[in-house]
Amino acid sequence: MSATDTVAARDGAEVPSLVAHGVSLAYDKQRIVHELDLDIEPGQVTVIVGGNGCGKSTLLKGLGRLLRPDGGRVELGEQDITTMSSRAVAVLLGLLPQSPIAPEGITVGDLVARGRYPHQGMFTRHSSTDDQIVAQALADTGTADLADRRVEELSGGQRQRVWIAMALAQQPKVLLLDEPTTYLDVCHQVELLDLLADLNQRTGTTVVMVLHDLNLAARYADRLVVMRQGRLLCQGTPRDVLTPATLQEAFGLEALVVDDPVTGDPMMVPVSSRRRPRS
Amino acid sequence: MTTTDERAVRAEHDREAALATLAVVRRKRLSRRLVVTIGLVVVAVAACLAALSVGDLTVSPLQVLLTLTGGGDDVSRLVLLEFRLPRLAVDLSVGVAFGLAGAMFQSVLRNPLASPDIIGVSQGASVGAVAVLLVAGVSGPLVPVGALVGAAAVAGLNLALAWRGGVSGYRFVLCGIALAFVASSILNYFLTRTDSRAAQGALTWIAGSTISATYADFWPVLVVVVVLLPAVLWLDRRLGLLEMGDQTAEALGVSALRTRLVAVLCGVVLAAVATAAAGPVAFVALISGPVARRLAGDGHPALPQAALVGMSLMALADLAAQYVLPDAQVPVGIVTGIIGGPYLVWLLATGSRRRSA
Ligand SMILES: Nc1ncnc2c1ncn2[C@@H]1O[C@H](COP(=O)(O)OP(=O)(O)O)[C@@H](O)[C@H]1O
Ligand SMILES: [Mg+2]
Repeated sequence: MSATDTVAARDGAEVPSLVAHGVSLAYDKQRIVHELDLDIEPGQVTVIVGGNGCGKSTLLKGLGRLLRPDGGRVELGEQDITTMSSRAVAVLLGLLPQSPIAPEGITVGDLVARGRYPHQGMFTRHSSTDDQIVAQALADTGTADLADRRVEELSGGQRQRVWIAMALAQQPKVLLLDEPTTYLDVCHQVELLDLLADLNQRTGTTVVMVLHDLNLAARYADRLVVMRQGRLLCQGTPRDVLTPATLQEAFGLEALVVDDPVTGDPMMVPVSSRRRPRS
Repeated sequence: MTTTDERAVRAEHDREAALATLAVVRRKRLSRRLVVTIGLVVVAVAACLAALSVGDLTVSPLQVLLTLTGGGDDVSRLVLLEFRLPRLAVDLSVGVAFGLAGAMFQSVLRNPLASPDIIGVSQGASVGAVAVLLVAGVSGPLVPVGALVGAAAVAGLNLALAWRGGVSGYRFVLCGIALAFVASSILNYFLTRTDSRAAQGALTWIAGSTISATYADFWPVLVVVVVLLPAVLWLDRRLGLLEMGDQTAEALGVSALRTRLVAVLCGVVLAAVATAAAGPVAFVALISGPVARRLAGDGHPALPQAALVGMSLMALADLAAQYVLPDAQVPVGIVTGIIGGPYLVWLLATGSRRRSA
């Protein structure tokens, strides 16, 4: 795959570790995440799951230095992340929030090119390397033919892929994504997760993402992290974690876990009291 | 195996296509920016020539150029150098300062209503300046200082009121509108408490006027604009990133807090010195940024272009202010108000629709 060499061409530095030591996170003194310990394995895909409002996005913000811990600390490459400059963090770590805003009138190409910002100096603007990387990110996300369109004219799914392209153009060594599959149809969800898995395989980029679809989470995660009410419920391989007991505890959901007929990964099937087998 | 090869070929093709499109997109964007900027410079120069030529004594543009380069006859020297040029200098510098201040506030608060004349900064500056003029009874360099104190007080108070572990643009704008009313009341109190002749002078000033402008009004604004120029250039790109949301900007390595602080500080200082020089000329700060953005049309804050729009707007409005009425000058702020009022109505009428879309 010669086409992907540009993205793969990193400066060779190894992927930094990302560790949370007893991290508490709060908004206005109201604690959302409580003394959470989490060791994100470098070079792996970690998927965070949990019920609505359990603090997944908040944890991701804490890991990405967007929210200052109320207690404990987050270490990126064994350095306390709050002591690093925004730019130093941005070179290593990318984060795509749940709802970014596209300025009115901006084109797709222009937006994705903004991902190069942390790599550019005060006076050095876009180099041809930047262009190569941006073009690669557009091609990888299937948005190459949208490059000259205005972002506000796109569908939700197209827009989502454009934001992913911007995060890819940043070429972070650790990539945090908050529900990247929102707005995407099933086909594009799988395509996007394939893309991220591919990126992870090829470049060793650590991927941490919040996903809602547990079956896709089980399929793409090396490690699954389950949260409940701002705490870690359990973590481990999808096989170890995705059990009826965990589903009951985390989501209050009665479900069966069977083998995914395609990959053999665990797959959950909810049991509903209303719907019974059709006769 | 073939499918993998096919995919690789397609990916390569996509990348080449993207590269080509990117080049086109960038070229289009930059050439539009260039055309817009040159166009604005041409308009500004034309406005300057018009401002210097037109008057009770018409000086031909050629004569204007001659006089400015050291030639010309005594009469045009007197009219241009003593009267029209200082006034134009104040117009231009004030236009730049208001244009920049408005565009910065609007960008940083992500709200087209967030210009210093709406959110109380200009009103605060007026209170400070009038306090120095009327209450302390002095003029000169203390006036901009008073304006700065007043503007900073309102902005600081606003920040304190709107602060919830960060500033949301919406709350800041609402608090600002309320503070603008408070400041206006204080201003009116000052005016009713002073004798009518002094108050009359202050009233003209409050409407926004350059009738008695001199170089003494111009220098502080020029100095501030020049000193803040590096900050403006520093902000231009960062503000564009900040418009994608604090989190996105932070994730790209822009410190949201620092950027916001620098922008608000610059905006307050620019609005304050401009207000001290020409009074709170209505709407120049409100209009310049959006006009520049719309012209540039690429989703970037377009600060330099906003400065150019503000400049032309002030020069042209002041020209109109001098000659629309047959035998009286009106304060320039009344002309800009007449232009700006309908714009504000239009903004309020269409704004909510666009926000909900
Ligand atoms: N900016 C904020 N200010 C105050 N509270 C917030 C904010 N963002 C989230 N919360 C609260 O924090 C809790 C967890 O939110 P979040 O991390 O977004 O949950 P999740 O992503 O798991 O659905 C929720 O109760 C939510 O109301
Ligand atoms: Mg969330």
